[in-house]
Amino acid sequence: MESTKYVVIFILILTAVVAVSLTGLREATKAQSATNEDIFNKRAILTAVEDYLPDGQKVAGLSDEKVLEIFSKMEQPVVDMEGNIFEGVKAESIDMAKERKKPELERRLPVYVYEQDGNKLYILSVRGNGLWDEIWGSVALKSDLNTIAGATFDHKGETPGLGAEIKDNPSFAAQFEGKELYEDDGDYVSIKVRKGGARDPEHEVDGISGATVTADGVSEMLYRGLKYYQPYLDKVKQQSLLLN
Amino acid sequence: MAETAVKEKESVFQFGKSERKLLTDPLNDNNPITVQVLGICSALAVTSLVYPSLVMAIAVVFVTAFSSLFTSLLRNYIPKSVRMIVQLVIIASLVTVVELTLKYLNYPVYKQLSVYIGLIITNCIVMGRLEAFSMANKPWRSFLDGIGNGLGYGVILVAVGVVREIFGKGSLFAGSPIEFKIIGPTANYLINTTDSMLFGWYANNNLMVLPASAMFIIGIMIWIQRSYNTKLVDVS
Repeated sequence: MESTKYVVIFILILTAVVAVSLTGLREATKAQSATNEDIFNKRAILTAVEDYLPDGQKVAGLSDEKVLEIFSKMEQPVVDMEGNIFEGVKAESIDMAKERKKPELERRLPVYVYEQDGNKLYILSVRGNGLWDEIWGSVALKSDLNTIAGATFDHKGETPGLGAEIKDNPSFAAQFEGKELYEDDGDYVSIKVRKGGARDPEHEVDGISGATVTADGVSEMLYRGLKYYQPYLDKVKQQSLLLN
Repeated sequence: MAETAVKEKESVFQFGKSERKLLTDPLNDNNPITVQVLGICSALAVTSLVYPSLVMAIAVVFVTAFSSLFTSLLRNYIPKSVRMIVQLVIIASLVTVVELTLKYLNYPVYKQLSVYIGLIITNCIVMGRLEAFSMANKPWRSFLDGIGNGLGYGVILVAVGVVREIFGKGSLFAGSPIEFKIIGPTANYLINTTDSMLFGWYANNNLMVLPASAMFIIGIMIWIQRSYNTKLVDVS
């Protein structure tokens, strides 16, 4: 048996060597990994406006540089729940996961204004709870601020093949295209994921069999998440009325 | 265990019959999954698609190979009373290397595998090999043994992934640049079930996407393996 002193020294040296080399590796890869993560998140947001990308391209076909270029050209206001714009903050610096932990009135909401051929699309971010963990998504609104141009969802730990279909099955997100947030008389209703199939062609989409809780989570997330943006959207509408 | 101390005194990197056996034994006669029934947790969890299974397999080969090498290099200095802790430190730091590298090279796959990369640390195959082999053998042989066992695990992982992805999603290598769509309800697939007269009845099997299906598939694999490799059958 070795002496206690030997054991302690051995462990100390081992952990010191491991700690130093891992820290070194982490520092060396940190910048690139952060860029990768940034581009990954930006691609996810762009998926909401995939149909409107220049030259009919797909998000997967865009180079990393192109993704960054699109974002650098975008207008990126950050708003609060009363529709006021925060000065000097860009939407891409907002971490929705952190915002969600704050009290509702203090949250900052990112808006990405994607412009293509003079058409403005407003990409809004939503976040809520699925069955096992958080789910989130981006919803793009057409310039009437009512019709959905596209949507995309992601999740942290939903069941593959069931709840995870909100991300893995592109036809789920595709259903949202063309749905409307408001009734004809202007009441806010949002979009509902309906178990057993959509009945209202304007405000409902088909649910996923075996994923009722995740689907309800999506409905709830959209209803509440998009409601936060209402004061801002109303202001944008008023402004465009004044301009016309 | 069949591997006992061997006659040495030759070149350090020699590659003879017994070395080849270190590599090939875990692929069949001593497969970590189908014979030793280790590492089942991750084999159930990550195999719903082929591509993540493949990345996971490569990661495990790397970790088993190098943890065996380092443990073997240190084997005469590791204090016996804390040897498990030392092995764990080595495994955990190699897994962190894998995690950082993946984040650097391919972030989307890193996102997809998420916690399972970290769970390589708890994969019994890795620590099992360190305890059973590397602590008593020279570095080169330990390194080969590590590669062999990593491969034995990886082969099963990918095989299960292939079955689950074809029947569960109708595709192969989904999520990678060479995605191949085989059977499904849209025109993107090789066999389009919506207009095909022959395959109109076909639907993806949802059980295959759930981890439980891997249990059946591994069970069937063990059955097939034992039916032709009769020396594995325990008659007692």
